[in-house]
Amino acid sequence: MALVKQGRIVDDPWTKVSEGVTPPAAGAILVPYALWERQRESLLTRNGPIGIALAGDHPPALIEADLARFELIALEFPTFKDGRAYSQARLLRERYGFTGELRATGDVLRDQFLFLHRCGFDAFEVTATGGAADWEAALSEISVAYQPGTDDRTPASVLRQSQPAA
Amino acid sequence: MYQYDQFDHTLVSERVAQFRDQVNRRLSGALSEDEFKPLRLMNGLYLQLHAYMLRVAVPYGVLSARQMRKLAHIARRYDKGYGHFTTRQNIQYNWPRLAEVPDILEELAAVEMHAIQTSGNTIRNTTADPFAGVAADEIADPRIYAELIRQWSTLHPEFSFLPRKFKIAITGAPRDRAAIKVHDIGIAMRRDANGNPGFEIWVGGGQGRTPVIAKRIRDFLPEPDLLSYVEAILRVYNQFGRRDNIYKARIKILVNDLGIDAFADAVETEWRAIRDGALRLPETEIARIAAHFAPPDYESVPALSVDFAKHPLAAPEFVQWVRSNTAAHKQPGYSIVTISLKPEGGIPGDATAAQMEAVADLAEVFGYGEIRVTKEQNLVLPDVKQFELHALWEALKRHDLATANVGLLTDIIACPGLDYCNLANARSIPIAQHISRRFANLKKLHDIGSLTLNISGCINACGHHHVGNIGILGVDKKGTEFYQVTLGGDAGTDAALGDIVGPAFAEDAIVDAVETIVNTYLEIRQDGERFIDTYRRAGLAPFKETLYGAR
Repeated sequence: MALVKQGRIVDDPWTKVSEGVTPPAAGAILVPYALWERQRESLLTRNGPIGIALAGDHPPALIEADLARFELIALEFPTFKDGRAYSQARLLRERYGFTGELRATGDVLRDQFLFLHRCGFDAFEVTATGGAADWEAALSEISVAYQPGTDDRTPASVLRQSQPAA
Repeated sequence: MYQYDQFDHTLVSERVAQFRDQVNRRLSGALSEDEFKPLRLMNGLYLQLHAYMLRVAVPYGVLSARQMRKLAHIARRYDKGYGHFTTRQNIQYNWPRLAEVPDILEELAAVEMHAIQTSGNTIRNTTADPFAGVAADEIADPRIYAELIRQWSTLHPEFSFLPRKFKIAITGAPRDRAAIKVHDIGIAMRRDANGNPGFEIWVGGGQGRTPVIAKRIRDFLPEPDLLSYVEAILRVYNQFGRRDNIYKARIKILVNDLGIDAFADAVETEWRAIRDGALRLPETEIARIAAHFAPPDYESVPALSVDFAKHPLAAPEFVQWVRSNTAAHKQPGYSIVTISLKPEGGIPGDATAAQMEAVADLAEVFGYGEIRVTKEQNLVLPDVKQFELHALWEALKRHDLATANVGLLTDIIACPGLDYCNLANARSIPIAQHISRRFANLKKLHDIGSLTLNISGCINACGHHHVGNIGILGVDKKGTEFYQVTLGGDAGTDAALGDIVGPAFAEDAIVDAVETIVNTYLEIRQDGERFIDTYRRAGLAPFKETLYGAR
């Protein structure tokens, strides 16, 4: 499993802690929502950044109050067809103003990179090698955005306003 | 009609190049069929029983003559010389070769067409009243808003992996010719007390194995809020629609599970948060799109009485054709002409390359070069001068396109069925052909009057059987094709789902059953009653009696 950030394959500094395992005393840990819900107080006393992993049925509103405590939010794609995380990502970025790392995990396909990017994801766990090169290519395949997203693309309808009428 | 600008051109040609790369990766073996499947399904390419099938979008059913000629060219060059117009106002090619599909898409892009989101769990092509912009009863032109929705929904980053496919329909007229109440979202144009345009919004309608009539979620949505409100509906659906069972994944199931009030509350809450954001439609953008749909410079021509029956020299066939195949135009002296793609014994919705070219030519001679596709799988010439109707009819006859049966029993909607489709349980096309031949007598057909007959080859209901006045559903009973009949369905303003009349009929009995139903209607109808009126008054009983009573 490789992690792609800003178009590069990078080492993952986050330790994934599953339920029933004692988190390491220090260092960056990524915990599932259920663990956070149960051990919130003790997790907050440890030294080191915390990331949280949400499943598709965890509305982002659940963690709204604690958002500033997370440097990473991981959203899961149990299969590539399950598109709930796209909405979760946009809500986290646009509604709740999350500025940390937003990571796509699970069944993430190269041909979804553009959609993921436009919804605010900036990190991807990819299984295929060469994922980083594909990332650049995938983002440049379509240059026009018809609708506002979380990324910095200006929708065609807005660009048209600054043009003389056809 | 809408003309692409640089943004539209760029997006569509980039999408062609992207798909060409995906096809090349498949052909080289870099992608397995399993990996390729989701990619081709984002672009209208299905694998059917015998071959790939490519579904090309006809946005809200509007075509130019130039586009129609391109569709004919594609049929001839890349397929077997014909195409199939669908109930979603699109066109399907049944025999393309995978390696050539990118070339087809490139040809389409040259005439501002594409196959984006004609399949997959995406927002599909928005369908509209085929008489949009010309109907005498229109409140406002729905094409403007359909185009806005087309652009907003195209490659939408958040809504390309929905729980299931998503279909939007819009009408600008009080009389619903777009079947908005059997769509995931149905939109009806309204005007408020000050004359400002806006929308009545319906949600959660659909056909398939769980047919549901949509519920009204909003009486009046102001014009600038269209996209934000639709986005709010989609966001609620994308998060909370079921994903554990594809048969329960459409929005209709979510709306029914939550109840329309709770669903509406969730949408309203979401909408309030985004209403004043980037999706709010600026007047300038609406005006820019609307300018593309400005009416042509109609000529001042005499308004003729279209009751040609009173004309002593009029051929009876022409009188019949005018009666069934023309509709009232908002401009005096003009008529809307529907070209039937349902000749006697034909395949509903099929057109040959030569017929497509003929229609393109006629659209230019007898109009402003525009053509529409209807959900009944017919074509429309929207702007025909009444004094040229006879000349048009003569020309259509030469191409076997003058069948006078629009809105009548043999104007059958049928899905491709088991002849093409790997979902089907039974054949649809041969049943449609048999019925068409049985009721070929035009005088009889016109006497029977307004009647819709829809045939689906399986429970997925692509042939709209639930909303046919007479619905026929193909079922498989231990390897043999049977046909279940429903009565009383209606796709229009008074939308209704048909009622099952009784046990299914064998293939050799279904045409007789239809005839029995029609004869029963003719026997018990009262003055001026259409089939649906008689059914609503008399119910199933008299039909059950004549169909099964003797048993």
